[in-house]
Amino acid sequence: MNVFTALLRPGRARTLAAFGLAAAVLLLAPMVLSPFRLDLLAKFLCLAMVAVGIGLAWGRGGLLTLGQGVYFGLGAYLMAMHLKLADAGPGGVPDFMLLYGTGQVPGWWEPLRSPVSAIVLILLVPAGLAALLGWAVFTRRVRGAYFAILSQALAAAFAILLIGQQQTTGGTNGLNGFRAFFGYDLADPLNKQMLYLIAAGALLVMVAVVRQLSVSRFGELLVAVRDQEDRVRFLGYDPAAVKVVAYAVAAVMAAVGGALFVPIAGIVSPADVGVVPSIGFLIGVAIGGRATLLGPVLGSIAVSWAQTSISEQFPSGWIYFQGALFILVIAFLPGGLASFAGKLRRRRAAAAPGDAGASGDAARDHELVPERSPA
Amino acid sequence: MSDMFSTQEQPQTEIDLAAAEALLGTDADRFRHDYLEVRGLRVEFDGFVAVRDVDLTVTQGDLRFLVGPNGAGKTTLIDAVTGLVRATGSVSFGRTELLGRSTHRIARAGVGRTFQTASVFEELTVLQNLDIAAGARRRPLTLLRRRQDTPEAVERALETVGLTALRDVPAGVLAHGQKQWLEIGMLLVQDAHLLLLDEPVAGMTQAEREETGALLRRIGSQRVVVVVEHDMEFLRSFADSVTVMHQGRVLAEGTVNEVQNDPAVVEVYLGAPAAESGAAPAKPATTEGDLP
Repeated sequence: MNVFTALLRPGRARTLAAFGLAAAVLLLAPMVLSPFRLDLLAKFLCLAMVAVGIGLAWGRGGLLTLGQGVYFGLGAYLMAMHLKLADAGPGGVPDFMLLYGTGQVPGWWEPLRSPVSAIVLILLVPAGLAALLGWAVFTRRVRGAYFAILSQALAAAFAILLIGQQQTTGGTNGLNGFRAFFGYDLADPLNKQMLYLIAAGALLVMVAVVRQLSVSRFGELLVAVRDQEDRVRFLGYDPAAVKVVAYAVAAVMAAVGGALFVPIAGIVSPADVGVVPSIGFLIGVAIGGRATLLGPVLGSIAVSWAQTSISEQFPSGWIYFQGALFILVIAFLPGGLASFAGKLRRRRAAAAPGDAGASGDAARDHELVPERSPA
Repeated sequence: MSDMFSTQEQPQTEIDLAAAEALLGTDADRFRHDYLEVRGLRVEFDGFVAVRDVDLTVTQGDLRFLVGPNGAGKTTLIDAVTGLVRATGSVSFGRTELLGRSTHRIARAGVGRTFQTASVFEELTVLQNLDIAAGARRRPLTLLRRRQDTPEAVERALETVGLTALRDVPAGVLAHGQKQWLEIGMLLVQDAHLLLLDEPVAGMTQAEREETGALLRRIGSQRVVVVVEHDMEFLRSFADSVTVMHQGRVLAEGTVNEVQNDPAVVEVYLGAPAAESGAAPAKPATTEGDLP
């Protein structure tokens, strides 16, 4: 099948159109939004990257990762450390170390001085940790709620570790006060706009990656592992390997989101990586629809946006609103808001049987398609 | 497309033995002289011995049925062979010792099984189910690409189990018997050379049972097949040989006739001399341990 006919297939054409539309909206935003709002949106896009990864690991792979804050935090802290070192200049010492520490840069900070190795580490450290951890956990057949609790405990431990290392990680204050991003002045609004565009581009790439993974044979296998892990094992696959890949991809996406979050937000602290933010990442995914491609992204951005605007109106009201929304969605719309669209489409298809596809007709003739309740 | 619709008029789910021929014919030499050999198998759960001192040899071309009352250890035996439960003793297939290997490695050594409850991937289509079953030896990079065309073996398996017209239907909406057939199809594309089937005809109609039996006989001629089954009617029609288990041990082994007349078997099943075996031939035996 050549490229041209491939593009003409209905599924692919629609996907391309949707991508074009999303790209256009993201490109137009800098012209419409004030610098303050644009900065907020850029931050939301970083959080949405974590959501895209969760959509793959949880929605497709059934891995309820309650600890993505760890990988978000790893990416964020590695980037923040590089920015601090870069600000301090060659051989310099970050300001907070002079205040609280020994005035010496610890050895494990040094690899982050070079921009190239910083970027490589931001990708490799989370991927390596996720692969190692995933391998240890999944080969022991830890799954479901046990895996969720384990991942959450990891996030808690990570936050506590950061707080305890005041001299080298900034403790509760975290790392902040960055002046430049790879040589570009962060006070310049134009550079802020560039950061926004990088975040938008990264998010689009991640969505494309998850889409490719989902339609590939790997994606089918991942769903199979989610639904019938033992059956997959009896077919000769090692389900642990399949899960490790999904988990590591999600970790890298969270890390990239964290790394871009740092120059945009100007700060990263243990409050951004612990249990509460880790659950926060999940809420947007659940509300948007975890098993769909765009549900996690849109859900995450919408929740972030709602959080900001509601907090502006009712400073302490958001947490109640968030809780209520979560309960409502889980109770009445377990597939998330995205499952609304599917339900409507199915209802319309049922009302107009003439439009149904060939396989649908074939199946109906033999009464093989009973009303299916979405799982 | 058009010929797909023309076949819609006929009952579409029908076993196609000719297609099975094409599927089984490939790569049969490698395992030609292989057989399942179980020696001194013992499975223990927290002090309870579920299977003890089991010796079992099944060769190609010998469609073996495994029967016995509830709790006799039939399914546990299959679990032990496929690596689901720990066992001591020896289980070998070909020249490969299976005990101590992990489940997926046992599967790659050519051992496939089905479960009492049909376990297919309900959200995936029939085609996707078979494609996954066919793919355990695929390289990682192949996995990252979308499936472009249907592998030849998958196409044959679709024909074999009569699900070609339903290839794009989610497996979850298939009728019960069709799911069981899909599972058999998955075993075939998986290229399993030792097939362990746990109640493959449970819940099937009489016509479906006969087609399944014919298919199993066809597969059994070129693969090592062990069937756990309670349906004595089905057993009488299709078994080459029978192994009777009781309380974790092998009680008797032989042809259907030999086993039926074995005093030990009769005693275990009825506690009395055998009833007339032709008493209720048409009645589908549903109760467990319902021996003639």
